[in-house]
Amino acid sequence: MYAQGLIGADAATTEDAAFLERFQARIDAEEKIEPNDPMPAGYRKTLIRQIGQHAHSEIVGMLPEGNWITRAPSLRRKAALLAKVQDEGGHGLYLYAAAETLGVTRDQMTEELLSGKAKYSSIFNYPTPTWADIGAIGWLVDGAAIMNQIPLCRCSYGPYARAMIRVCKEESFHQRQGYEIMMTLARGAPAQKDMAQDALNRWWWPSLVMFGPPDSDSVHGDQSMAWKIKRFTNDELRRKFINATVPQAEFIDLTVPDPDLRWNDDTQSYEHGPIDWDEFWRVVKGHGQMNRDRIAARRKAWEDGAWVRDAAVAHGEKRRTRHTAALAAE
Amino acid sequence: MTDQPAFLELLLRLGDDCLVLGHRLSEWCGHAPMLEEDLSMPNMALDLIGQARSIYTRAGEVEGKGRSEDDLAYLRADREYRNLLLVERPNGDFAHTMLRQFYYAAFMEPYWREAVASSDAALAGIAGKAVKEIGYHVRHAGEWVIRLGDGTEESARRMAVAVDALHPYTGELFAVDGVTDAMAAAGVAPDPSALRPEWDATIDTIFADAGLRRPEVAYPQLGGRQGCHGEEFGFLLAELQYMQRAYPAMTW
Ligand SMILES: [Fe+2]
Ligand SMILES: [Fe+2]
Repeated sequence: MYAQGLIGADAATTEDAAFLERFQARIDAEEKIEPNDPMPAGYRKTLIRQIGQHAHSEIVGMLPEGNWITRAPSLRRKAALLAKVQDEGGHGLYLYAAAETLGVTRDQMTEELLSGKAKYSSIFNYPTPTWADIGAIGWLVDGAAIMNQIPLCRCSYGPYARAMIRVCKEESFHQRQGYEIMMTLARGAPAQKDMAQDALNRWWWPSLVMFGPPDSDSVHGDQSMAWKIKRFTNDELRRKFINATVPQAEFIDLTVPDPDLRWNDDTQSYEHGPIDWDEFWRVVKGHGQMNRDRIAARRKAWEDGAWVRDAAVAHGEKRRTRHTAALAAE
Repeated sequence: MTDQPAFLELLLRLGDDCLVLGHRLSEWCGHAPMLEEDLSMPNMALDLIGQARSIYTRAGEVEGKGRSEDDLAYLRADREYRNLLLVERPNGDFAHTMLRQFYYAAFMEPYWREAVASSDAALAGIAGKAVKEIGYHVRHAGEWVIRLGDGTEESARRMAVAVDALHPYTGELFAVDGVTDAMAAAGVAPDPSALRPEWDATIDTIFADAGLRRPEVAYPQLGGRQGCHGEEFGFLLAELQYMQRAYPAMTW
C-alpha cells in the first residue's frame, strides 16, 4: 500500500518562465525526470511530500495488519500475513530510497512522521478488531492502493515510477489474497459470514476516502496533473475502484453498505451516496480512533531502537579504525 | 518406521521449536529498531513457520490419525507442546532476541546438515531446505551479537545481560533421552549431544569478536521437552490458539 490522494502539498515554485517552459516540454514529451536533472523547486517539494507520505503509509500500515500475525487462524494464513506485512516494509524501503534521490534522508522523514508534520494514509487510523479486517484490508485497501498506484508507474519522476512498478505487482497479489480471505469467510459458517460483512461495513467508506477529497475541492490537483505526477483525478480513481469492487462484493454475497449505490446505464458506472468528508478531515487532522496509538507505536519502536542503531554505527567505526590500524602495521 | 512413537515425539519437538520461535520473532513485526530488521525478523519467522508446517504435516502422517498441520499447531494443551524452553523465552530487548536466535540457529545448522542424510526421506527433504535457511539465521543473528557486543557501552551491557539470562537454557539443546537415542540409532536424526563441540566453537568464534564470554552453567534449565513450560508460555498459546478455540472446526 498505499498512496492516498496527496494531502496538502505546496507546489509553489520560483523559477523563471523559460526554465518552467523547458521543463514542461520534457514532461509533455513523456521524458522521465531523473535525480540529477534540473527541476522546479515546487516539483521537487511535491514529490518529496508525496513519496514521503506514501512511504510512511507503508510503514504505519504494518501495524494494523501486524496486529493479527500472532493470532492468524491457520499456519497458511499466518505465513501469508507475515509475508504481506514484510512486503509492505519492503515498499517503505524502496520509497524512502526514491525520496532520498530528491535530497532528503530517511531519518529526516522519520522525524517528520513522528512529530506529526508528515502525513500518512488516513485509512490506518482505523482499528483491526477481527480477523476479517485482514481480508477487508487486503481486498479494499490494497485494492484502492492499486488504483492509485498503477498510474504512478508512469509518473514523470523516474525513481518513483520504477519503485511503483515493483510495488504494484505485490499489491495486486495482496488484493487477491485479501479477497480470497473474504470469500472463505463469506462461504463459511454464519459467524464467519457475519465477521466478513461487519468488516466490509467498517472499511468501505474509509477505503473510498483513500482517493482524497472530491475534485471540486482539490486545490493542488492541477499542477500535479500538469507535471504528470498524477494522471487521474481523485474522483476518477474513486469511480474506477467502486466499479471494480462492487461486483466482487456481489459475487461473494456481501452487501456494500451504501443504500444509495446505483448503477447508471448512461455513464456505465456506479453512483455512490454522500461521503462524510468531515469524518475524513477529522481523521487526517489526528482525531481518528487509532491516530495516537499508531504514532505512539512508531515512536516507541524508534526510541527503543536508538541504542541498537547507535551500536551498529559505533561498531562500524571501530571496525574501520581497526582495519586501518592493521593495514598500517603491515 | 520401527519406533513410531519416538519418531512422532521427535517431530513434535522439532515442529514446536520452529513454531514457537517463529511466533516470538513475529511479535516484533512493525516494532523493530530499524526498517531493515522489520524485514529480516519476519523473514526468519517465515522460514521457521514454513519448517513447522512441513514437520507437522510429516508428524500427522506418522501418527496416522488424520491430524493436520493446524490440528497439531493449534489444538494441543500446554503440556503437550515439546519445544525447548529457550525458544519460548520472551523477546526482551533486541539483544535477547538476536542472542536467542543465534543460540538456536547455531545448533540447528549442524543438526539439519546431518539430518539431510536421514533414513526418513521426508525429514531428509525438510532438512535440505531448512539447512540453507538456518545458515542465514546464524550469520544474521551472529553479526548482531558482534555488533551489539562490540558497539557501545550500553549495547555491550545489554548483550552481557542477555548472555546471563539465556545461557542457562542452552543445555537443553543437547539433552538426550530414549527418543533421541532411538532416533540416532535408527539413522533418523543426529544425536544432539554430539553437536555440542561444533556449537561451542561457533559461539566462541562469535563471542571472541563480540567481546563476550561463554559462561559456565552449573544448573541448566530443562523441561520443555517434557512439556514443563514457563509461565509466559500459556499467554503465547492463548494468543496463538485464540481463533481456533473461539471458532472451532471452521475453515479459514
Ligand atoms: Fe504496499
Ligand atoms: Fe499491500
